[in-house]
Amino acid sequence: MHISEGVLGGPVLAAGAALTLAGLAVGLKKMDFDRLPQVAIMSAAFFVASLVNVPIGPVKEHLILNGLLGLLLGWATFPALFVALALQGVLFQFGGLTTLGVNTFNMALPGVLCYLLLGRLARNGGRRLPLLAGFLCGFLSVGGSALLVALSLATAGEEFLVVARLVVVAHIPVMVIEGVVTASMVGFLRRVRPAMLGMVQQS
Amino acid sequence: MHLETFAHGHSPLHRLDPRAKLAAALAFSLLLALARAWPLLWAGLGVGLLTVGVARLPLVELAKRLLAVNLFIAMLWLLLPWQVVDSPGWLGLGLAYHPHGLDMALAITLKSNALVLVLMALVATSPINQVFHALAHWRAPVKLLHLFFFFYRYLHVLHREYHRLDWGLKARGFSPGSNWRTYRTYAHVSGMLLVRSYDRAERVYQAMLCRGFSGTYWVLDHFAWQRRDTWFLAVWSLLLLGLFALGRTLA
Repeated sequence: MHISEGVLGGPVLAAGAALTLAGLAVGLKKMDFDRLPQVAIMSAAFFVASLVNVPIGPVKEHLILNGLLGLLLGWATFPALFVALALQGVLFQFGGLTTLGVNTFNMALPGVLCYLLLGRLARNGGRRLPLLAGFLCGFLSVGGSALLVALSLATAGEEFLVVARLVVVAHIPVMVIEGVVTASMVGFLRRVRPAMLGMVQQS
Repeated sequence: MHLETFAHGHSPLHRLDPRAKLAAALAFSLLLALARAWPLLWAGLGVGLLTVGVARLPLVELAKRLLAVNLFIAMLWLLLPWQVVDSPGWLGLGLAYHPHGLDMALAITLKSNALVLVLMALVATSPINQVFHALAHWRAPVKLLHLFFFFYRYLHVLHREYHRLDWGLKARGFSPGSNWRTYRTYAHVSGMLLVRSYDRAERVYQAMLCRGFSGTYWVLDHFAWQRRDTWFLAVWSLLLLGLFALGRTLA
């Protein structure tokens, strides 16, 4: 979900940059040096995982997984996504320098919200509730990002209202799939490596 | 996955100090992203083509990148001329055709292409580690620099790791479809990738501690600002001032 260069106006770009800077400041401050390799390598892992193309009916969509990233990294989601998107811009020229702020914020905020609202449910809860939390996390974070992208586009002018609506509608099936995959991943991580979700590992 | 496609070349732009190039690209991006006047947009595209020409980038690879960018933009050409109206307009969909949207699509096409060209010619022509190094010179937060470095260092490793998992799937005759089994399988494969990455991060950090990591971002080879870098920045500033003036007088 990238907004490419040249679409948005100055105020929106500036607002996106300011919000992302604030998120980065919080994220970096909360992240100690001993978590550095973890955040960076997990960010790279998510980048690779987002290359996975999942069939949805006749089309294939790549996973986004910003909800799970948020769940695992908390506020560090901001720096993690910033780094991934910045390098994507420099290496593949997908999204550029001026849109980096808006794009990072649109992807990272829903992830952080998932962490704040659903984190506890995904860690504790019984057998089923964590799966529900996982589903909501994937479903809502993709939905939230699509909504933020649509809102950003809508500021670019009336011409963009059709595109903005399409962005939201096109992401509805992706939201469901992301929900299912994220729920399944939460279940998997709880069984295989609960510490990753911030749970105390029982040996 | 070879990513630094444009970094190895022998053009004058490849030899410049990454700090100069990064600053130039940033200034150009800002100027063009905020531009409205048509002459400025066309001139911006001209500057983009010129810099790519000076950088002598491999044409096939260049065309591939531009194609990827413009495929997305092609969608805007199709969608932007349509506006939502209250009355049932064209085909009863509540859409009306507004040619003005085409102007907007053209403006975005010009801006996007110009910015991508300059990004390729000025930033992608430095090895990525030198770009991090330039950021270090500009006092970017040291934690952020480490993130950049580790991300890039392990991206390739994890990509290989993912391919191994993918081969595993193929070897077991997995064929994806739109069903629960597929989604669950992909979830477990991605989950496994995350678990392995997590464990790897743990090992990497322990190894770093053993080697005395204390949070410093060390750089081994240092930049030497040369006269040609100053010249480049001077010429580039004049160019941008010219563009700015062009946009002002003709807007």
